[in-house]
Amino acid sequence: MTRQIAVVAFAQSDHRRSTEESSEVELLMPVLHEVLGRTGLRTADIGFICSGSSDYLAGRAFSFTLALDGVGAWPPVSESHVEMDGAWALYEAWTKLLTGDADTALVYSYGKCSPGSVRDVLTRQLDPYYVAPLWPDAVALAALQAQALIDAGDTDEAALAAVGARSRADAAANPHAQRTGPLPHDDHVVRPLRTGDCPPVGDGAAAVILAAGDRARELCERPAWIRGVDHRIEAHSLGVRDLTDSPSARLAAEKAGAFERPVDTAELHAPFSSQEIVLRKALRLGDDVRVNPSGGALAANPVMAAGLIRVGEAAARIHRGESDRALAHATSGPCLQQNLVAVLEGDPR
Amino acid sequence: MPEVLKAPLVVEFPFTRSLGPVQSAFLTGLRERVVLGVRTTDGRTLVPPVEYDPVTADELRDLVEVAPTGTVTTWAWNHEPRRAQPLTTPFAWVLVRLDGADTALLHALDAPGPEAVRTGMRVRVRWAAERTGAITDIACFEPYDGPPVEPGGHTGEFADPLTGIVAPARLDYTYSPGRAQSAYLAALGERRTVGERCPACRKVYVPPRGACPTCGVATSEQVEAGPRGTVTTFCIVNIKAKNLDIEVPYVYAHIALDGADLALHARIGGIPYDQVRMGLRVEPVWTPGVRHPDHYRPTGEPDAAYDTYKELL
Repeated sequence: MTRQIAVVAFAQSDHRRSTEESSEVELLMPVLHEVLGRTGLRTADIGFICSGSSDYLAGRAFSFTLALDGVGAWPPVSESHVEMDGAWALYEAWTKLLTGDADTALVYSYGKCSPGSVRDVLTRQLDPYYVAPLWPDAVALAALQAQALIDAGDTDEAALAAVGARSRADAAANPHAQRTGPLPHDDHVVRPLRTGDCPPVGDGAAAVILAAGDRARELCERPAWIRGVDHRIEAHSLGVRDLTDSPSARLAAEKAGAFERPVDTAELHAPFSSQEIVLRKALRLGDDVRVNPSGGALAANPVMAAGLIRVGEAAARIHRGESDRALAHATSGPCLQQNLVAVLEGDPR
Repeated sequence: MPEVLKAPLVVEFPFTRSLGPVQSAFLTGLRERVVLGVRTTDGRTLVPPVEYDPVTADELRDLVEVAPTGTVTTWAWNHEPRRAQPLTTPFAWVLVRLDGADTALLHALDAPGPEAVRTGMRVRVRWAAERTGAITDIACFEPYDGPPVEPGGHTGEFADPLTGIVAPARLDYTYSPGRAQSAYLAALGERRTVGERCPACRKVYVPPRGACPTCGVATSEQVEAGPRGTVTTFCIVNIKAKNLDIEVPYVYAHIALDGADLALHARIGGIPYDQVRMGLRVEPVWTPGVRHPDHYRPTGEPDAAYDTYKELL
């Protein structure tokens, strides 16, 4: 790999329970303008544009084509879309830049969870023959994983509560977060998971700009160089997987180079407190690694944007000089079925 | 700002799926109260069965019956069952490794409360009274403290195997069209057509979506367009859509409303279909109680000159 690609700018919306006054493009456009503004680039200067979203969230077909109105696709642009979290759109953009076909890329994603019931919507990604007809919702599947962790002695309800409390305490310093501060030790949603173990349901958008080599140095004082990205998937049947482990996250991290040298920061896309327990183990993160200083998905989880936000938050920490080597993680599917890991570094100081 | 509009939106579809040999045998088996797994080349038995080994990707066809009794490998107490879940009373989600299987099946466990459930507990299948060949033919699992039930040795060959299933899906939404389209729809309620002007290129978009697709900036200045307009292009529809009470053939057209820089589309009426033409001047026809024009009809004005609308094609 000869070309070095960096995240040079990141922007995100304020994540809120509902943005019913805004259409998807109205939600997205301020974020696009902000991220372009950080670099001084205009749409016409961008070599490649890639987005991530899911029609199932808002119940509208081809919703991403309307969101493209916010980009300003004239003169004609080179554009692609993944029906996935924006972190996977970033992966596509990164490979596009690696080929040399473009020097800059705009990656954005958005999720409006408020129109529907995201717990039920996510059942539609399950095996349609054996699982989806039972309508097991996203919290229920995460709760099965949490109980497996408790049975294995990897955690207990108090330790899970501590993950949520730490996340929301850190999120107090994040002006975009949806849920911050202490929550009462509340009732189970699906036992053993309580409200504090589950992500808030909300709407939001995020965008990053990637640039290659010298272009990155022109656009950003301290670019967050992407040293590697990899994504892996496990069998879709929950019953054949060891829910207490995440071999796909570990393999993605290994292939992305995460284990070559220690990281100081990890932004983990763990929508449920129990999933942070799994990921810390799979990604070999010790207590000296700062995990989710942004508050993570337990503070704001706009589905389809939350993974890209992890990459953006990790990069922004490098931009600000608060991190030298950071790991960013995104997930999709039930119980951490799919995992993407990116390793970001700042220039030596 | 006018009130943001909201309306219920139901997305419903009967997904009709074909079954391969393994899924067909498994679901037909459930109909006949037989639980089948599939044996892998290294001797493991997967339940529910799959057609390809998740580890080696080997094709799997060796069906083997397993017991309707098994062991809970993990669970979660669901005190508020949601629509379409297996039980309407509080229940436990469980992964169950059936006796004779090496993997676990996801389903519901009927138990009096969370204190009655633990990992390692023994359970058995409770069959649905009416079975159709679906995972829901297992009504749920129930606690069981008897001896393991010996499987019958079924080979997976059935006289009348299923070849497909229908898996209905329904999701309920509350649709909200956002600021720009809410304003458009509110104006339609007063039989006015309102667009928005781009602050950069000055074009007026009807209907407005809140952004100029060319410039990528927010549009906000409201501009009233129409009511009259010009047909810029059209097609003649000859196939009647299901549940549509419009006689074919009819004309569907792009109409550039006076003052708008983008054509909207609508049906043309009040004129024989074969006399509709580019440049025809039209106006909306409203029917009582409906929030949008039913169709557009000729105004009787002379046709618009091509040069006046060629940029809007």
